[in-house]
Amino acid sequence: MPDDTKLLSVKDLKIGATIYPPGEDPQDIGIVHGVSFDLEKGKVLGLIGESGAGKSTIGLASMAYGRGGIRITGGEVLLNGEDILKLSKSGVRKLRGAKVCYVAQSAAAAFNPAHKLGDQVIEASLKHGLMTKEEARKRALYLFQVLGLPNPETFGDRFPHQVSGGQLQRAMTAMALCPNPELIVFDEPTTALDVTTQIDVLAAIKHAIEETDTAALYITHDLAVVAQISDDIMVLRNGHMVEYGTAQQIIEAPKEEYTRALVNVREMKKAEAQDQSDVILSVDHVSASYGGHFKVLHDVSLTLARGQTLAIVGESGSGKSTLARVITGLLPLTEGTVSFNGEVLPPALKQRSRDHLRRIQLIYQMADTAMNPRQTVGEIIGRPLTFYEGLRGKAKRARINELLEAIEMGDGFYDRYPAELSGGQKQRVAIARALAARPDLILCDEPTSALDPLVAEGILKLLMKLQKETQVSYVFITHDIAIVRAIADSIAVMLQGKVQRFGPKSKVLAPPFDDYTDLLLKSVPEMEIGWLERVLETRKMESAGN
Amino acid sequence: MTDSDTDKLPALLGFPKRYPFLTLILQRLGLSVILLFAVSVLIFAGVEALPGDFASTYLGQSATPQAVANIRQDLGLDRPVTTRYFEWLGGALHGDFGTSWASKQSVTEQIGRRLGNSLFLAFFAAIISVPLAVGLGMLAVFYRNRFPDRLINVISLAAISLPEFFIGYLLILFFSVNLGIATFPATVYDTMSFGERLSAIALPTATLVLVVLAHMMRMTRAAILSVMSSAYMETAELKGLSAFNAIVKHAAPNAIAPIVNVVALNLAYLVVGVVVVEVVFVYPGMGQYMVDAVTVRDMPVVQACGLIFAAFYILLNMLADIIAIAANPRLRHPR
Amino acid sequence: MRMKDIPLSAWIGIIGILLAFFLAIFAPLIAPYGEREVVGEIWEQMSSQYLLGTDNLGRDLLSRMIYGARTTLFVALAASVLSFSIGIFLSFTAAVTRGIVDQVLSRFNDLMMSVPTLIFALVVLAVLPQNIWILITVMAVLDSTRVFRLGRAVALDVAVMEFVEAARLRGEGSMWIIFREILPNTLSPLLAEFGLRFAFSILFLSTLSFLGLGIQPPAADWGGMVKDNKDGIIFGIPAALIPGGAIAALAICVNLVVDWLLRRTSSLKGGRGDA
Repeated sequence: MPDDTKLLSVKDLKIGATIYPPGEDPQDIGIVHGVSFDLEKGKVLGLIGESGAGKSTIGLASMAYGRGGIRITGGEVLLNGEDILKLSKSGVRKLRGAKVCYVAQSAAAAFNPAHKLGDQVIEASLKHGLMTKEEARKRALYLFQVLGLPNPETFGDRFPHQVSGGQLQRAMTAMALCPNPELIVFDEPTTALDVTTQIDVLAAIKHAIEETDTAALYITHDLAVVAQISDDIMVLRNGHMVEYGTAQQIIEAPKEEYTRALVNVREMKKAEAQDQSDVILSVDHVSASYGGHFKVLHDVSLTLARGQTLAIVGESGSGKSTLARVITGLLPLTEGTVSFNGEVLPPALKQRSRDHLRRIQLIYQMADTAMNPRQTVGEIIGRPLTFYEGLRGKAKRARINELLEAIEMGDGFYDRYPAELSGGQKQRVAIARALAARPDLILCDEPTSALDPLVAEGILKLLMKLQKETQVSYVFITHDIAIVRAIADSIAVMLQGKVQRFGPKSKVLAPPFDDYTDLLLKSVPEMEIGWLERVLETRKMESAGN
Repeated sequence: MTDSDTDKLPALLGFPKRYPFLTLILQRLGLSVILLFAVSVLIFAGVEALPGDFASTYLGQSATPQAVANIRQDLGLDRPVTTRYFEWLGGALHGDFGTSWASKQSVTEQIGRRLGNSLFLAFFAAIISVPLAVGLGMLAVFYRNRFPDRLINVISLAAISLPEFFIGYLLILFFSVNLGIATFPATVYDTMSFGERLSAIALPTATLVLVVLAHMMRMTRAAILSVMSSAYMETAELKGLSAFNAIVKHAAPNAIAPIVNVVALNLAYLVVGVVVVEVVFVYPGMGQYMVDAVTVRDMPVVQACGLIFAAFYILLNMLADIIAIAANPRLRHPR
Repeated sequence: MRMKDIPLSAWIGIIGILLAFFLAIFAPLIAPYGEREVVGEIWEQMSSQYLLGTDNLGRDLLSRMIYGARTTLFVALAASVLSFSIGIFLSFTAAVTRGIVDQVLSRFNDLMMSVPTLIFALVVLAVLPQNIWILITVMAVLDSTRVFRLGRAVALDVAVMEFVEAARLRGEGSMWIIFREILPNTLSPLLAEFGLRFAFSILFLSTLSFLGLGIQPPAADWGGMVKDNKDGIIFGIPAALIPGGAIAALAICVNLVVDWLLRRTSSLKGGRGDA
């Protein structure tokens, strides 16, 4: 007997795929192993998990769709009591874009560059004969207004490349909402956005699905985000369900250990070092530009004390990574000086001595591209040892083992290639390579932002442990305030190539704030139900006060 | 710098920003002109700088110093290189390529008729091979990784490995010697009717088509496949569009540019194909004329033919570039 | 890599190429008659005495085919090795040094490529004396423009990777960066490109010889043999098609191997699907 209130009912869903490992026979692997859940009309279910949890695959399966070689191998997906996996091709077509719609992670790629946004938004409604062109246009206009897009009357006349990323993501939401669907699948819709943009898009999505009373599957890896928007949450791991309950229960009283770890992942805090007078790195009035024209850093000044961590926070385009490139000499500065251990560094890489280079090491965001795929872990870590210290043979091997121990990996990885390592292991090897040079300073350029939260936490803990043991200093570049709290002694907030705010952590994170720091701090989702409403409320009051 | 200058400067710099599309096209045109000029220098200077004296080669065994000097004066080789270059270029711009050393006749006159013949041949090869290549490319995509695609892949791989003359002689042996249904050699003359001309070029055209078809088809397939794997095609599928609708509405507008680009590139390849095919079929075109001139070292003819072939090649490549620019919505609709 | 991973098509290609090289190396031992030896009537039919018949001067076609393999393979291989060395050296230099060196080399390369190879070769060969080394050099220089373009693109792809930047930051020299960081990551596409260039050289040499501008008679080479025997076609004598077919077969064999190499490269890049 189909239940009236149940819109979507997934029963024992099993999904598999055939993979073709190079040089081996094709293998069938399972991606989702028997997942079940229900979704009522007008409700939002959050699917959360790390990469490989199968959450996107489940989302697409609720549209009877599998990417690439992915096949649904068992179970039922009931929409209004009807199993959509048993539908004919044309039956599935009638469903997609009419009853169930999809919002992709990258709207920039998901929109066709050759057509106007407005035409793409109303296309499905027209193709399915749900409304006339006039009605569809009206609805699109209404949705553009609800989603807070600028100039809603003319927004639809623009081409995808003519609007910003945040606006595209909202346009994609409008496209999904336009045919009045019963269910929308949101696949990490805010992951690619900056935090201050994310909060706007998140608020717009929440407002729009409430306004139109649409049910949604909201897929993300960020528990704090999903807590703001979902009624229920399902935690997934490696294709298995870990925990399933109301948002309130998952966030406030998680039962499973894995869920608890996810909830508490942002709890790490570092006590700020009191004495910040022993300066190792000093950046004084530095400006830099690309190609001599496009100025990306304006009069940047900051300092870092020995054995401590300076966090540089900012969004994309703030110049934070450029600052790291200037400190390393990859991008020679045009004005100002960078002093290291009391000595002014030559601006360009080529002018620096081998000892300068040894003392400052860099860890990249993507460990994948930062290591030569044709070299083994042993070769990668061993090269700086030979290059800087002339170590060879047994002494070198012993030191490599020592480093492998330090990054908690062990000797067994000596002969492995980077492709055989997990994301977290690769980043650990990158850390070992930096440590091998016995540096005084390590620049960390978002080393954890490509990693799953628990793995990222492991990396942060490792970095803190190594700092205690070796007294190495860090410049840690990040967009994530939670990480700043976890590791920093001092903080620099950057915006459009300028330092907005700089000082010890306790001072930077305490009022009175400047406008931008205030916005940044308030935009970071907190692991708390009702956080989004609270922030929006204060914003409203502030703007009313002005 | 005066005040009015500084006022004008931002306006000038603003032009590329306001009209990026027009700017890029003008850049392309300008670049092609420069390239053509550079190629003319290359062809002329290359011939001059290379070792081997024309006059002695020209006279062969009977090269007494006096005869060489006479010949040099006759051909104007005793004057400075730059003077001769600008005379040559100036003439070429007015359509005058000088006098053939071998026949003592005007190069322009001889080229005129032959160029028409070559274009006639290339034109028919193009209008047959383009739709065929695009069609087969689409077929291969439609049956991707299934039997028809694999068959097309294997055959086209073999076809790109065949030398033009091999295809040509195979066709001659089969169609005109064994079956007797096609004419060989493919001679054309002024009094021939249009129909007779068509039947004369049947085999050379078929050879050229086979030569370009495989390349064009493989590139078309690749171009369509890259469009079909875009994220917006998934969006179209998840909107519930039928495969046909998705292809017409979403793939086609984005695939046209790369396909036209492929076509233009391969038409440029016809320039080379035509040379060999004309020799095989003894067809009175530019290619055969050039090869004959190379054999007897008739430099004015070689230079003229080289320049004309290069000009066509550059022109087609420029067209391919401009079409690619024109099809890019980012450039057509600036921010 | 294991033997069983090599597909059938690639095996056919490998065996074909090996056979051609075997014939070329041991030509004097295998060929029943001499390269330039007139042994019978003009265009004799295939028989037990002359397995492939005789050519336009009454020389044994099979013997000339075997000796022709020698010339064709040697010239094509020499030209592709030379063009590859020039192309890779210049392109890697351009990609690693960047700046003005890169600009000059790249613009000059664009210029060279704006004239079709065959046309360029015709213009140049019209002036130069006819000689096998000049032929090899001309083929190599013209072809190296294609190698340069690919080599530069491939090297730039790798040179902007962060592990190369990491090596620079460490203070490594250009030689280490080129040979230890970039080259090992570009071997696959470069190997495939070498195959493509070799196939192209075979076809190009044959075309030049066919036009009478390549290998000069009486030396045997496959393209020239097509030219020698082409007049027989009108009389239904297929002597010209035998060397033509040999050129085609060899080029197909090389392309089959290249196709496999290219597919291996792309499957390495493709990696895993997004789950």
